[in-house]
Amino acid sequence: MSTASAKDFTETELIVCAAAKMLARSRTVFAGVGLPTLAVDLAHRTVNPNIQLIYESGVAGAHPESMAEGIADSVVVSGAEAVVNMHALFGYVLQGGNVDVGFLGAAQVDRYGSLNTTVIGDWDSPKVRLPGSGGAADIMAGAGEVFVVLRRHDPAAFPAELDFVTSASPVRAAEHPDFIQPRGFGVSTVITPLGILRRRERLGELELTEVHPGVTVEQVQEATGWDLAVAEDVTQTQAPTAEEVRLLRDEIDTVRLYLR
Amino acid sequence: MHSDTVVSLPEAIERYVEEGATVALEGFSHLIPFAAGHEIIRRGISGLTFCRLTPDLLSDMMIAADCVDRLVCSFFASGSAGSLYEVRRRIESADPRPLAVEEYSHHAMTLRYHAGAAGLPFAPIASFVGSDIPGSNPDIRSVVDPYSGKRTYVVPPLNPDVTIIHAQRADRHGNVQIWGITGTQQEAVYAATHVIVTVEEIVDDEVVRSDPNRTLIPAHAVDAVCEVRTGAHPSYVQGSYDRDNAFYREWTPISKDPAKLQEWLDIHVRGTRNHAEYLESIGHHRLRDLLVDPRPSGVVDYGRRTQASEGNLK
Repeated sequence: MSTASAKDFTETELIVCAAAKMLARSRTVFAGVGLPTLAVDLAHRTVNPNIQLIYESGVAGAHPESMAEGIADSVVVSGAEAVVNMHALFGYVLQGGNVDVGFLGAAQVDRYGSLNTTVIGDWDSPKVRLPGSGGAADIMAGAGEVFVVLRRHDPAAFPAELDFVTSASPVRAAEHPDFIQPRGFGVSTVITPLGILRRRERLGELELTEVHPGVTVEQVQEATGWDLAVAEDVTQTQAPTAEEVRLLRDEIDTVRLYLR
Repeated sequence: MHSDTVVSLPEAIERYVEEGATVALEGFSHLIPFAAGHEIIRRGISGLTFCRLTPDLLSDMMIAADCVDRLVCSFFASGSAGSLYEVRRRIESADPRPLAVEEYSHHAMTLRYHAGAAGLPFAPIASFVGSDIPGSNPDIRSVVDPYSGKRTYVVPPLNPDVTIIHAQRADRHGNVQIWGITGTQQEAVYAATHVIVTVEEIVDDEVVRSDPNRTLIPAHAVDAVCEVRTGAHPSYVQGSYDRDNAFYREWTPISKDPAKLQEWLDIHVRGTRNHAEYLESIGHHRLRDLLVDPRPSGVVDYGRRTQASEGNLK
């Protein structure tokens, strides 16, 4: 396979390719439709032919014959390897420890990787009402690790303090030592339009490890609402290869449903 | 044989859904019982506590029609599931009046139905440690695990007065067969005092009995079975018709404008006498486009014990 960098690529393609590369050693991924699905599909075709995608609808090992619109599209069911009910999915598959990587989105991320998907402003008198947990709080607690993809990087999305903690990092959970602690590592990776942040320790904080082409470390720090830790060896995010871009455009999302 | 399990949808709603009741309408993107929700709107039943993991278009409609005082849920749908502006108006600005919300996660809602169905006092859950969700919902509490001595969050049983689901088929006794995404239907049904199932088709007993594992809901759990074709539109029925994705997209501008939303309800729900008229108002050409090609399952063999006879005794 060609490893030459693509001549042109979009921000979305850069994010998807970065996520796909990180899935080289994961067995099971719990994800919604959208960029995470593209990343899993791309990983499957490049670095990890054995990866299995599990949807929040209970479908595992989907083989859709056309581009799925949503996690519960009939095309993800027809021809799938398995469909389980919600009790089995959230109880046995997720809480039982069978998910290696969970993908989550968020409106806000804090320095320890806690996520807000519930509300901007006060819970009692919200400025903007967001979708809420769905499975997010469960995925954070149960998945081996969590990848977060955010389409913006600014102090509002990366505040010093979240407006509401929907899905708590193990760092916050550890503030309640009398409770049984969640099994998951929490957020290991946050991919944004500016770069990649990672947490290396279960009780550690996010640090900047990669900046995208053309982005400086200072730019990322300024766009973050706390004093962002920076790894000693910050590298530049690997640009998508021509082959990865070809796969994304010509085979995976031919109708440009998610690649924009 | 006389069966009073098979009834019309209006009769089932009349019989079991009372003013102020706690009702669950379940179906995870698949098999959403829209026809039943519309019938509740037509009958003007109000004051409901409405339970559903993912309040979506159906909730937006029922809330706009003022059927609902309280939502019990885990996710306010958005994106491809449609934006719920009526729900948002009620929550963000109490417009036209406040809406009470009890919020959980998907797993917590599933466990609430499970505890309700299994007659348990509560169900423990590994989620929420460090989360603000328990602080916003006093019904998510914690207990000491008597084995480890550590605390765990628990959620209370959810026992709806009525659970309503839609399914591919049932026999006249109420044995309900579902395939595709099965969500939390089984738990929600067993948790309820009364159960209404709308189906695409009421089939001969022998059809059900040819594949007993496909029966997700046995007849003993069901009070009413109603044949309502295309009863899940605009959601879908695996193997019959696809989701009306265009409808979900069109809902956003309707939902954004309260006047348009009321007008939509007037034309398509309150202005129609039943589901057949609703489908008429939606347009049959549109529904035809949603039909899917067959992709039948393989046949499994349940076997039949060989009958002893001289012919096969060696």
